[in-house]
Amino acid sequence: MSRLKLEGVTRRFGGLVAVDDVSFEVPAEGVTAVIGPNGAGKTTLFNLISGALPPSAGRILFEGQDITGLPAHKVATAGLVRTFQLVKLFEDLSVLDNVKVGCHLQGRAGLFAALLRPASARREEAAVDARARELLDFAGLSAFADEPASGLPYGRQRMLELARATAAGPRLILLDEPAAGLNTEESAALSRIIRRIADDGTSVLLIEHDMTLVMNTADRVVVVDFGRKIAQGTPAEVRADPAVIAAYLGTGKPSPDPAATQEAAHG
Amino acid sequence: MTISPSITSPERRPFRLVGLLPWLFAAVVVGYAMVVGGYAATVVSFALIYAVFVTGLNLFMGFAAQVSFGQNAFAAIGGYGSAVLTATYGWSPLPAMVFGIAAAVLAAAIVGFPALRLKGHYLAMGTLAIGLITYEITVEWQSVTQGYLGISGIPPFGIGSWEVTSDRGQLVMLSLVVAACAFAAARIRRSRFGRALSAVAGSEEAATALGIDVSRYKLMAFLLSAGFAALAGSLFVHVVGYVSPEVFGLHMVIVTFTMLYVGGIGTVAGPLVGALIVSLLPETFRAFKDYQDLAYGAALILLLIYAPRGLASLFAPRGRS
Ligand SMILES: Nc1ncnc2c1ncn2[C@@H]1O[C@H](COP(=O)(O)OP(=O)(O)OP(=O)(O)O)[C@@H](O)[C@H]1O
Ligand SMILES: [Mg+2]
Repeated sequence: MSRLKLEGVTRRFGGLVAVDDVSFEVPAEGVTAVIGPNGAGKTTLFNLISGALPPSAGRILFEGQDITGLPAHKVATAGLVRTFQLVKLFEDLSVLDNVKVGCHLQGRAGLFAALLRPASARREEAAVDARARELLDFAGLSAFADEPASGLPYGRQRMLELARATAAGPRLILLDEPAAGLNTEESAALSRIIRRIADDGTSVLLIEHDMTLVMNTADRVVVVDFGRKIAQGTPAEVRADPAVIAAYLGTGKPSPDPAATQEAAHG
Repeated sequence: MTISPSITSPERRPFRLVGLLPWLFAAVVVGYAMVVGGYAATVVSFALIYAVFVTGLNLFMGFAAQVSFGQNAFAAIGGYGSAVLTATYGWSPLPAMVFGIAAAVLAAAIVGFPALRLKGHYLAMGTLAIGLITYEITVEWQSVTQGYLGISGIPPFGIGSWEVTSDRGQLVMLSLVVAACAFAAARIRRSRFGRALSAVAGSEEAATALGIDVSRYKLMAFLLSAGFAALAGSLFVHVVGYVSPEVFGLHMVIVTFTMLYVGGIGTVAGPLVGALIVSLLPETFRAFKDYQDLAYGAALILLLIYAPRGLASLFAPRGRS
């Protein structure tokens, strides 16, 4: 059984069909990338999968369970967690507390546990603290644990958002352009972290414009253009696909150079 | 990781003892009132009652970053609940207080469930309406509330045969209640529950994406806040022995908002500091006679300019305590 299955998923905004009859599957293993030009409907697709928006038509199955139209927090509870194209941190909280919020689904303590602090709540809190620090370490953010999240430089904010999402212990993680705004070095580090996440058993679905990252990280690529899926395959297959090249360059000319493709996409 | 952590190594936290300064200030003020008694004790008693109310308001407006102009409604329910049950029906204060708080929380659940679906200005307007409607009810439902006349002969707070009648006794009791409220706020702040509220405050979308049921946490904060408001309302009527609609009118909304912002919204010590300062400032300006209100207004403006995040935030690392 695939981890995620989309069946004819469609979303209209008035007359605009932002996602048009898209079907594909995300296997349990590895990294799957969604690429496509600006405005192709990638983020909208993520909004539909994560429950932020209901689809106009189609079905979304997570581990065989129909999650179509489920409220977003219930989708997350089912084990499907996303990040955002524009980083959305809890800016007034410390870096550590951001990751602790990410651990929300791992805990159970409620209001009475907060007030009375029974042994079970103290144990849970200690476990959350240990786990959050471990994840910060993993993301290279330990030195900033007690800083407010808003004070982090941009690249580290992205890392923090990723660490926070993994803290939720998802079985499928959706990353919306995680490398946007990162320099080459940070991008390479990110690529390694994403591979680690996938190797640890979390299926990764990512949107990315950075072709180098896609080529180095993804096992499979789904290409969308004007809301429709136009190609699917390994990175090498997709790169050689004339329809993909046409979508990116607006012409039929093949472009073997990923850098050129990336520029066109950002154009 | 390739990113080295040395570029901006975080500074050591400032000495934590400065965080105790707001509490020390409160202790000094209460201690002074205790020694002097009389009018000072009355002013500080009212300030402590406001502190209970504002601590609750802060859970909803500071911790969860929502807006409510209608928490006075829940203070009215708590206050009138206590007043009617004790003065008219002869209950003893403690069960009357518990009943009033329960009624207020129930009312908050009934109005909060639909109201919290509203956003921004609409939520603000909706809560304002709740406050105004409750005020009208306290005026018009004369058979129970005696309208503008109000209810007098409310017994002082006590348990069994033990009653808190003296100024100093009331100050001690109110100080203990305020301490318990602040303690609860501090514990909530550093818990899974409190972090979820902060997450709702920071970004509802991100909170939702991490599995936090945003509307549920908003509702919980609203109910808690209503509970604190009702407790404050009930304490007030038992301390004063009298209640009328004016006590829980729009004036209360304005005063408590001022206290929250002057003290420091979102901090643990802020509500108490704000309640004390805003209650004491007009008194310290009595010497200005005709210009008392002017001096008071100017002082508030200066405070908001030099401590825009509130007085308590000056003593909390990173503006949080
Ligand atoms: N909430 C909305 N209401 C109306 N139109 C929308 C909404 N969200 C997205 N759209 C439109 O849907 C189309 C797809 O947008 P989307 O953000 O999904 O593209 P994208 O592939 O993520 O683009 P980018 O690479 O720039 O992030 C765009 O034309 C956009 O204007
Ligand atoms: Mg997008």
